[in-house]
Amino acid sequence: MGALATLASALALAACATTGGSGDAASASAKPAKSDETFAATPAGEPVYASTYKPYPGVATAIRGATVYDGRGGRIEGGVVFMSGGAIVAVGGPDTPIPADINVLDGTGKFVTPGIIDIHSHLGDYPSPGVEANSDGNEATAPTTPEVWAEHSVWPQDPGFSRALANGGITSLQILPGSANLMGGRSVTLKNVPARTTQGMKFPGAPYSMKMACGENPKRVYGSRGRMPSTRMGNLAVNRETWLSAIDYANDPKAKRDLGKETLVGVLKGEILIQNHCYRADEMALVLDMAKEMGYKVAAFHHAVEAYKIGDLLKENDVCSAIWADWYGFKMESYDGIRENAAFLQREGACVVIHSDDQNDIQRLNQEARKAQKAGLRVGINISDATVIQWITYNAAKAMGIADKTGSLEKGKMADVVLWNGDPLSVYSRPEKVWIDGALMFDAMNPKTRPVSDFELGQPGEGDVK
Amino acid sequence: MKRLPTFGAANTLALALGLAASPALAQDVTITNAKLVIGDGSAPIEGGTVVVKAGQIVYAGPAAGAPAGGATLDAKGAYVTPGIFATITTLGLADVGAVSQSNDASADKAPFSASLDASRAINPTSQHILVHKAAGITRAATTMQPGGSIFAGQGAIIDLDGDPNPIVQPRAFQMVVLGEAGAAASGGSRAAAHVLLRASLREAQALVGKTGIPETTAIDKGDEVYLSRFDAEALVPVVTGKQKLYVAADRMADIRATLALKQEFPKLDLVLVGATEGWLVANDIAAAGVPVIANGLVDLPESFEQLGATQSNIGRMQRAGVKVAINAAADQNARRLPQVAGNLVALTRLPGAAGLTWDQAFAAISSVPADISGMGGKAGVLKAGALGDVVIWDGDPLELGTVPTRVFIGGVQQDLTNHQTRLRDRYMDLDESDRPKAYDW
Repeated sequence: MGALATLASALALAACATTGGSGDAASASAKPAKSDETFAATPAGEPVYASTYKPYPGVATAIRGATVYDGRGGRIEGGVVFMSGGAIVAVGGPDTPIPADINVLDGTGKFVTPGIIDIHSHLGDYPSPGVEANSDGNEATAPTTPEVWAEHSVWPQDPGFSRALANGGITSLQILPGSANLMGGRSVTLKNVPARTTQGMKFPGAPYSMKMACGENPKRVYGSRGRMPSTRMGNLAVNRETWLSAIDYANDPKAKRDLGKETLVGVLKGEILIQNHCYRADEMALVLDMAKEMGYKVAAFHHAVEAYKIGDLLKENDVCSAIWADWYGFKMESYDGIRENAAFLQREGACVVIHSDDQNDIQRLNQEARKAQKAGLRVGINISDATVIQWITYNAAKAMGIADKTGSLEKGKMADVVLWNGDPLSVYSRPEKVWIDGALMFDAMNPKTRPVSDFELGQPGEGDVK
Repeated sequence: MKRLPTFGAANTLALALGLAASPALAQDVTITNAKLVIGDGSAPIEGGTVVVKAGQIVYAGPAAGAPAGGATLDAKGAYVTPGIFATITTLGLADVGAVSQSNDASADKAPFSASLDASRAINPTSQHILVHKAAGITRAATTMQPGGSIFAGQGAIIDLDGDPNPIVQPRAFQMVVLGEAGAAASGGSRAAAHVLLRASLREAQALVGKTGIPETTAIDKGDEVYLSRFDAEALVPVVTGKQKLYVAADRMADIRATLALKQEFPKLDLVLVGATEGWLVANDIAAAGVPVIANGLVDLPESFEQLGATQSNIGRMQRAGVKVAINAAADQNARRLPQVAGNLVALTRLPGAAGLTWDQAFAAISSVPADISGMGGKAGVLKAGALGDVVIWDGDPLELGTVPTRVFIGGVQQDLTNHQTRLRDRYMDLDESDRPKAYDW
């Protein structure tokens, strides 16, 4: 009885809060409503839901004596990385000058890389705990939903962010809508800093991307409901019709605002990038032709387990492949996955990015990259360790449109830095310290620098090493 | 503690046949100059020798003590280990997980549960078996996944040699899910799962010693059959302790409830699977002597029964004296077992974390899972009398991207080609100037 009564009153309260809220706000307003007032939203194209992220305080720090991978294929033995004011000030050999009055860390036997970047994550949109109430990654109610924005689903209290930071050295990540829809909506790029709001994590100045999906998922989700698309040819037809109507919209100065078409026009203008979930080689080739037909560019194919079959084509079109090291065989379009995928792409000079699409693998992108490298080595494709680090740093940043800001250790860039306690391409190494914009956001040597999300407070294992 | 199979005559016969089938093809081989890993948690032996005769290990240890004879293979200092023993898996039960026609791992539309026998459905030439063999896994526990009931059915121990008979031991264990999955499969509450489990075991007790068509009442609700008469019969070896009962449970309370089952059904031969919060009750698990097939790297509260998840779970249980194998089902695919083991070694360098030594970590994917599977002394270990499952590696087997250069199963050197290696070979270049790729094979 007692429990039921409590439940009833809780429901009543909830109803009150949803219906009464706006009235309260209006009555609290000092400004009387005017009958002749015109109403206007912020015009399209102006910043909305803008980033409120500001770098946290840091101390000028230099790491000396470490092996440094700069993220662009360079390797320095006994190197120096000096950061101050949130930015990289200097990167160089043992003789690189550093001021006398700063924090100096001995990196002997350790390694420094740029902060690791995951181009394909659903953290926050499909958070832990993975309960139905938190499942916000696919607006699977229409085959094209370019109007939805992933940032409007992100739950900043997802404990997955802290695991990615502490175990994976992740400093930036792109949250994508899921792949149920042909056009899933806009992505958001985040700095991997704990925050009370999603705006507090948004990567300042990062461009938007739009998620697209080929193949099995859209045709299965909508075909099973008796709607188009139910085939791969249906997938292409719906995509093309949608692009054509976006082009009409772009050419019509009198058109009423349409959130979905604003996203699509952003793509046509080159302001919004395309991140395209696509497994099969033949489908990627079709998408490249569709992009030519409609006048846009694909930044990266995601998952792309058959990219190795068309490395030449991908190189020619300057498209990155964001891939796993060893996922295969879980669905028909992943049946031809091979571990040499990355190495074969590198052989053709095509852009490789190692991605996670997973709350666990995001904690080990360095390990996944190593497995892909070793597979190449066994067939005579020798890819340097420094290049392999580029797969999970600079190349990811490039395909996300933030390579001018982060993704490499270069003077003036954001001081997103990981100090590893050993070779980051070894299974036996872990991040020891992680800086984001020069602020020390994780230190394995100090338990109090381990972020604990609101959800974890008072729960078993709060603040545990994880 | 080693447990040998204590099954009925039919099972022992199958095991014997499995062994007997090998020597026809098995080569007698002596592998020398090995960095020899016994697999039992002991340190590697430099310059070690392994002697395989008639499909079995006859010697593994320092070169000095090796008997003479047989063709010699110089390992040139490479790691030589027992084959990896993967538990638990669905190897051989599906070609493509999402292609339902090819997937026998779950039978949620069937009226049967505990009586389902995975050994009837194994496809020994499944690409997953061939791919995992090329990753150094030589034997595996393979099981159905629970469908319409808390009982997944009876799992089998298989070998991965790709020959027509993959079954080493059929009906090696029964699996039951408790926790959230058990609640969902039994009507919506953990309380219902516990009643269903106990009712099922009591039905089985009533059938002990009986033959013919089982005379019990099916447990059902509407169209859903939770336990048919034949499922009750299939639980007879469980309730009499002749077949292991694998219990999937993650939350501390569910683990404790599992351990308590022994008070009501003293003969149960329990194994915990998953045990994400096992570290919270590690001493209880150790005291009960129940081994654990534990999730290695699960560190997120992915559900309300995994709030205490940490990568240190296995290390902490091991410290408390629990026998722990790494659960192959907890990662993307079973060939990641060595990577998971390597990660547990990495934890030993992380302040506040609990990991495993290299030697313990390797044992957690070789002798320990074999032992838990009833193959103690037979698999996952290089000792006289064990099956001739030997892997020679191109580096540290727990390090990333290390692969076998040679795999022996039951003394037979294995062909390591598969769909993936054939694709790799075809796409070594993209040259189609003379003919399309379809002619390149």
